[in-house]
Amino acid sequence: MNKIKYIAIILIFSTSFVSCDLDETQEVVTKNNLVWSDEFDTDGAPDPNNWNYEIGDGSAQGIPGWGNNELQYYTDRPENVKVENGVLVITARQESFQGSNYTSARLTTKGLMDRQYGRFEARIRVPYGKGYWPAFWMLGDDSDGEIWPQIGEIDIMENVGDEPTVAFGSIHGPGYSGGESIGKDFELENDRFDTGFHIFGIEWSPNRINYYIDDKLYQSLTPEDVDEETDGEGVWVFNDRSFYIILNLAVGGNLPGSPNAETEFPQSMIVDYVRVYE
Amino acid sequence: MIKHKFTYLKFFGLVLLSGMVFTSCEREISDQAVPATFPNTAEVYTDNPVGLTDEFFESFDPATGANTEAFGTDDEVSYLGSSSIRLDIPAPNDPDGGFIGGIFKDRGEGRDLSGYDALTFWIKASRTAAFDQIGFGADFEEGKFTTARFNIPLSTDWRKITIPIPEPSKLTQEKGLFLFSTGTNSTDGVGFTVWIDEIRYENLGTIGQKQSSIFNGNNVNQDAFVDVPIQIEEFSVSANLASGENVTVQASPQYFDFSSSNPDVATVSETGLVSVISTGEATISATLGNTATQGTLNLNVEGGFNFAPVPTRPAENVVSIFSDAYLNIPVSRYNSFFEPFQTTLGGVQQVGSQSIISYTNLNFVGIVFNDVIFPAEAVQPVNATGLTHLHIDVNVQEPVQASDRLLLQLTNYGATETVGSFLINGSDLLEDEWVGFDIPLSDFSGLTDRNRIGLLLFNSESGPANPTISNIFLDNIYFYTE
Repeated sequence: MNKIKYIAIILIFSTSFVSCDLDETQEVVTKNNLVWSDEFDTDGAPDPNNWNYEIGDGSAQGIPGWGNNELQYYTDRPENVKVENGVLVITARQESFQGSNYTSARLTTKGLMDRQYGRFEARIRVPYGKGYWPAFWMLGDDSDGEIWPQIGEIDIMENVGDEPTVAFGSIHGPGYSGGESIGKDFELENDRFDTGFHIFGIEWSPNRINYYIDDKLYQSLTPEDVDEETDGEGVWVFNDRSFYIILNLAVGGNLPGSPNAETEFPQSMIVDYVRVYE
Repeated sequence: MIKHKFTYLKFFGLVLLSGMVFTSCEREISDQAVPATFPNTAEVYTDNPVGLTDEFFESFDPATGANTEAFGTDDEVSYLGSSSIRLDIPAPNDPDGGFIGGIFKDRGEGRDLSGYDALTFWIKASRTAAFDQIGFGADFEEGKFTTARFNIPLSTDWRKITIPIPEPSKLTQEKGLFLFSTGTNSTDGVGFTVWIDEIRYENLGTIGQKQSSIFNGNNVNQDAFVDVPIQIEEFSVSANLASGENVTVQASPQYFDFSSSNPDVATVSETGLVSVISTGEATISATLGNTATQGTLNLNVEGGFNFAPVPTRPAENVVSIFSDAYLNIPVSRYNSFFEPFQTTLGGVQQVGSQSIISYTNLNFVGIVFNDVIFPAEAVQPVNATGLTHLHIDVNVQEPVQASDRLLLQLTNYGATETVGSFLINGSDLLEDEWVGFDIPLSDFSGLTDRNRIGLLLFNSESGPANPTISNIFLDNIYFYTE
């Protein structure tokens, strides 16, 4: 999630279908064997077999503000994260807590579901307003002592609250991290990401990551793209290790900027499901 | 804010008012029952007016200062195609009128706009400025669904402006396709030129997070009186655009559905007029479409209204500023809305068939009857050289402390301005009861001239920004000869 701006790639790969029902959306992908999922069907705390939490403002992790000057303090309190009515609700609140002015939550599958290759998909509704920064993303396993950006980062969905019709997907690795990540914006026509659920996914294979939103494949990234975007400096690190999933709702920071007087709190990032296919 | 309010009352209010008159007798079938059989033409102006009346531009009444000469089209400038609408915004002292405002109206029986979620157009100006209001729904007939966005920022390059439709399902037969009005408030009276192009209705799909409110979203607690109706006010709707911008529009009451928690105590008409029927409590709330509207009116009805005693002085001895018992002199404002420090709201309030003055949030407020302060609203001041007293009835609508103050000040606009003051102490006032004062003009200390009295100011402050009395009724304000 360390980035300031995005470099649009030249390769545009777009497919559209007449219908929007779920079966049709599968046609943008080829991996259809469900191997892991959380449908968030049991009210209460998220399933501890699937999710753990990153707590705090990043200081304990050595990256205050989570590396982006973010403003929230992550907790695992039900006020910030719970499963209710069939969905996972991650709620950002404006409140004084442990020296921060906002609270929210960040869930990961680290150590619980780490996987290399596959189709990673979630159905999400995001909040709106300046300062909100929801994300559905993945980091590479660092148990071998390797560090970011060598471990790789795959951002499946990010959005900033003052651009309610735009979501973006990107990758980070050595030579293309932070503000130099490689990715692309996707803009909805006649719809918004904060007023209904949308499906965000990647299909990750050796030497290729395809990005799709709903029934539209909008980006396909390969080592050639990394070469081209970094003048041969960057390294494709997505054939090396397994990755885990992260869901979080950040507030403020370098990318979205701070909330303003019109930003409404609390609001939630709502996740209907997370599914992994092979 | 005050300027908004005035604009709203002046233009927007006209349309609402006429709506109230007509709706009760002519509309018997609910909107939902009327099949949508009207054309859904989206375009209003592209390179030519599309399906508009032969007049094309129908101006507000020139008697209100509307300049009918300032409207035209421009074949040299356009956002798309070959032509745009050109408005030459006049300076306030323009002999043809100090502002431009009017409507574009469908030439047929109206359009079905229920499939659109916004009015959009492109606009630019000869300089950076703000356009006072643009909207739709005003048709110089019923104007049931008048909607306007205020203070639209103008740039010297083309910008697309979006005006969300508060509740599209209501617009199944809309004649009022475009509404605009502006003067030179934003440019300190300097005229400028505006071009508008590509006016159309669109179904953007990117407008979300609609929120509506009455009474500015507040829960208003109000004492009410049997047979004294109350109008719900400040209907606004905001929505978030694809740009991330929150846009707020003023909407007419007919977009909303109202309900009363206790119909035995109070009921609400479709124009938001609350009828008070009997004693008790009732909460009035609203919805827009399927979503709740922020703000309520919480009524506490204890009985009928207690009016001040009817004055008995012969009319020939009286010069009346405000009284139902006399013919009042022309007054330009019963609430001065002095900017920027006045907080006082309210003014003349209809109470059944009579009227009183009701001020809320009082710090200071003037009754203006001169030709100096607001030249555009000039009226003749009072020559009080032959008059001896000022009468006023005061009824404080809150607990009164002995230390409360109500300072009355009369200003005479002679060769030099002179101001005379008379202090009414809290110990002389009562809560919920009328107290009459007959004040000799000679007791207004400092009022050396009386030939052009043109301002009566009420000030409840005991120091800067420290008002004492906040809510007050006044009635029967008149000068007389004993």
